[in-house]
Amino acid sequence: MKGMTLIVKKTTQLIAGMIFMYGIYVIVHGHLTPGGGFAGGVIIAGSLILVTLAYGSDFLKLIKEEAGTTMIESLATIMVILIAVSGFVFGTKIFFNNFLPKGIVGHLISAGVLPLYNIFVGTEVAASIFIIFLSLIIFKEESTQ
Amino acid sequence: MELAISIITGLMIIGALYAIHAKDLLSSVIACGIVGYSLVICFLLLKAPDLAIVQIVVDTITLIIMVAVVLDSSREELYSKPDTQGFITTVTTVLLIMILLYFFIVSIQSLDVLGTSSLRMAKHYIEGAAQKTGSANLVTGVVFDFRGYDTMGEAVVLVTAVLGVLTILRLKGKK
Repeated sequence: MKGMTLIVKKTTQLIAGMIFMYGIYVIVHGHLTPGGGFAGGVIIAGSLILVTLAYGSDFLKLIKEEAGTTMIESLATIMVILIAVSGFVFGTKIFFNNFLPKGIVGHLISAGVLPLYNIFVGTEVAASIFIIFLSLIIFKEESTQ
Repeated sequence: MELAISIITGLMIIGALYAIHAKDLLSSVIACGIVGYSLVICFLLLKAPDLAIVQIVVDTITLIIMVAVVLDSSREELYSKPDTQGFITTVTTVLLIMILLYFFIVSIQSLDVLGTSSLRMAKHYIEGAAQKTGSANLVTGVVFDFRGYDTMGEAVVLVTAVLGVLTILRLKGKK
């Protein structure tokens, strides 16, 4: 798949990093402002899709990207379940217990385990949507060769 | 506020009807985008910003994939002759929809106003949620702390969907 024209490439160079940082902001502040893990994960996937569409598939060696992304997604899901199990081990023998100290409402480091959940679920959602997009492009490339 | 939601729902119905009857496939795909983006405005009017953020980004990505598929094909719809079996199916469907709509309107009269918490668990979630979970955002507190099992199920369903997509879209193994 060919890339796009020069204007699109220059605009992508300026903007894609800012969209990525905005997605990280929405994930990390998930317990303070609206958003959370799912919304921020899809925003990060959107910035990765923008870079892939603007620069074309030859430039990015897509099959290696797909292998690495599936590994990241599986690792993130395992970490979500590990945090849930660790509530069982460290806390008061309840699965899914919120065992870290809760802090003051409204500060960035508060609400126990919730920011960790947000980060791992956001990574997993971003990896999932990017994998679906990549597999569609690789399917089309292989069927036209 | 109800007037605004009614106008936007009417816009969604018009967009959906145009998506079915458009001759060019690209026009019908863009009309599907109308439905998705009007839903974002409905969510904002009903005071649900988390849903609005997720809906706008997912709808954009879906539109990108659908437009890429449509631009790759011949952009016209196949023509099928109108026959009697299609006519009978259409009349039966409209009759069934009208019967179900009547029962829907009758049963809605007995519900509370939209927005009041009428279930028993809702009062326990709302009162003192900031102290019990420690988070300022009530939706995140409910999704990850009170109802953590559902979130774990959602994450596992995403992994299963990706596994299904990767299995079907493989061309090299078929040779």
